Amino acid sequence: MTRLPAGSVPPGRVADPNPASAPMSDRSLDAASRGWLVALDAGGHEQEDAIARLHALLLRAARFEITRRRSSLVMVRGEELDDLATQSADDALMAVLRKRQEFRGESRFTTWAYKFALLEASVKVRRRAWQDREVPLEPDAWDLLPAGSLSPEEALEGGELIAAVQRAIGTGLTAHQRHVLVALTINGVPVDVLAERLGTTRGALYKTLHDARRKLRAQLASEGFAIRPQNHAKGDAA
Amino acid sequence: MSQTDVSHPEPPLTGLIGRVLGPAGPEVSCERCFELLDAYVDLKLSGADVDLAMPGMRAHLGGCPACGEDHESLRDFVAATGRQ
Repeated sequence: MTRLPAGSVPPGRVADPNPASAPMSDRSLDAASRGWLVALDAGGHEQEDAIARLHALLLRAARFEITRRRSSLVMVRGEELDDLATQSADDALMAVLRKRQEFRGESRFTTWAYKFALLEASVKVRRRAWQDREVPLEPDAWDLLPAGSLSPEEALEGGELIAAVQRAIGTGLTAHQRHVLVALTINGVPVDVLAERLGTTRGALYKTLHDARRKLRAQLASEGFAIRPQNHAKGDAA
Repeated sequence: MSQTDVSHPEPPLTGLIGRVLGPAGPEVSCERCFELLDAYVDLKLSGADVDLAMPGMRAHLGGCPACGEDHESLRDFVAATGRQ
């Protein structure tokens, strides 16, 4: 494994020596992060070595995530799990290399890179776990709010709020909002799985869920329940 | 829950009703959450006040199971690997 030349990276957080070419011109990078960026753009053996080291780290992160979620993949063989980890690391590596100029230095480079590997692995695990399962989208599932799923506080409060929530789900939402809300919050369908089945994205589905929740909260508050109406998202709409 | 004065603080909604109604406060989107996640984790592990630095993240992580899980994974992995 090739190491960066001694002295090429000053210790600690240092000012950017070449603002025009660096991904961040007005901030400082920690030495390790700068070392990664330099090595990944170095060309030749140094770049190849950096890419190999990065892939190894991403593979480690992907395996961590898959091991963590192993209980949802009890029927999947170890060989397939290894393939999932490798695919996740490969996809994450491509994303990191493609987006590295977007790295703003607001975290360590490795933390920034790990999130791609963990995301790739978690999405693949969720989709694999639901691969042979039907996604329940029954519009009436909201009418079956299971008492066993209530928290002790909610159970103590009795059925008044539950009845109001059921009523609000039934009358206050569009059919699409109701389907998404029921699937994600009552039936426990992972958002990435639902997004894949509906041909949309996690963000778009969460926006639908957010809008549905805001409607429910507004209706419950208008009926006098001690429920805070949901504010709009900070900065950009959720 | 009785129909009471709405000026009272909202009780904790941790079970099914909590999942259905989600967080009350402002929250970031899934896309923004992913953009901020690495900085959020590093700041949090350094002991900084992440709620002050990144308002809306905690609410989103509590309301979006997928982003919440991704946050836990990144936090735990970075902590376990010693923030290499």
